[in-house]
Amino acid sequence: MTPEERTIFDRRRRARNWAILGALAGLSLLFYFISVARLLRS
Amino acid sequence: MSDVTAAGMGGAKAPLDASSLAGASEVRDWITLLKPRVLSLVVYTGIIGLLVAPVGLHAVLAITAVLCITIAAGAAGALNMWYDRDIDAVMRRTIKRPIPAGRISADAALTYGIVLAVGSVALMGLATNWLAAGVLAGSIAFYVVIYTMWLKRRTPQNIVIGGAAGAFPPLIGWVAATGSIEALPLVLFAIIFMWTPPHFWALALFAHADYERAGVPMLPVTHGARETRRQVVIYTVLLVPLTLVPWLMGFNTWVYGAVALLLGANFLRHAWLVWRDEQDETGVSLTKDMPAKRCFKYSISYLFILFGVLALDRLILA
Repeated sequence: MTPEERTIFDRRRRARNWAILGALAGLSLLFYFISVARLLRS
Repeated sequence: MSDVTAAGMGGAKAPLDASSLAGASEVRDWITLLKPRVLSLVVYTGIIGLLVAPVGLHAVLAITAVLCITIAAGAAGALNMWYDRDIDAVMRRTIKRPIPAGRISADAALTYGIVLAVGSVALMGLATNWLAAGVLAGSIAFYVVIYTMWLKRRTPQNIVIGGAAGAFPPLIGWVAATGSIEALPLVLFAIIFMWTPPHFWALALFAHADYERAGVPMLPVTHGARETRRQVVIYTVLLVPLTLVPWLMGFNTWVYGAVALLLGANFLRHAWLVWRDEQDETGVSLTKDMPAKRCFKYSISYLFILFGVLALDRLILA
């Protein structure tokens, strides 16, 4: 793999990992708000 | 996203070879797997189902329900792309999709689809109710198993029966809010079900070469363009009175009824123009299928406006 290819690969992998982190953080927040909403409803 | 490794956010870098780069996907490839263009209609009709329900849902739970419908539809799209990767590789329209292009492996796409499908159903059950989760699971299963795996490659009626998969969102939205299945969401289901054949067959009229190359038995491939034009008219004629049912059943006012009638009359005009398009003796268009292209575009606006007016009429006037 050439240095340019390596750079592209690392950039793509980093972007994917940030996307996963964002999705997990969003899901955690969503679960928190769902719990609050359900508690308020009951 | 199974090809993600530990190196991304500052972890140790593993040795790589050239083949690793070939499988290096971008975030947008994973979004493409969800078929984002199809999702807009799913989200819209799902929201309409929630809005017209007589029971209000807490905003967070309503947003979660729409999110679950969206993710589930995306998961079904990913599983469809996983199963159809062989025909996607020979169709001009789909050859650049992530799996046939080699940017995402088939196994990774399958895992991604299953995880999203299970996750969206579980989240729907926890946030709203398990009947809504069940209908959501049924809609995924219908699209993936009944349409993609069974009907699509076997019968020219694939679009007719498979169209039910796209008709689920307003029903799911309603059930998420009320916890029960009633007449109005079933009517909305039936409207989308009946709208799907003229919508897709108008598309198939000008894109049938791709389907023919892939061996997919779309109606223009198996029965020819002339019969497809006839079917577009027949299903549009059946659709228009069906759209008046919410008014006739008292769910909506005459305002919705009048708009539905006007929109339907215009849809019929487009279908008629498709039928009367200049053709050769086999029914192939001599106008590059311009009426079919206009009919396809109009069918999208038609459903958006019809459902929008239905919701506004019910919320403000009914």
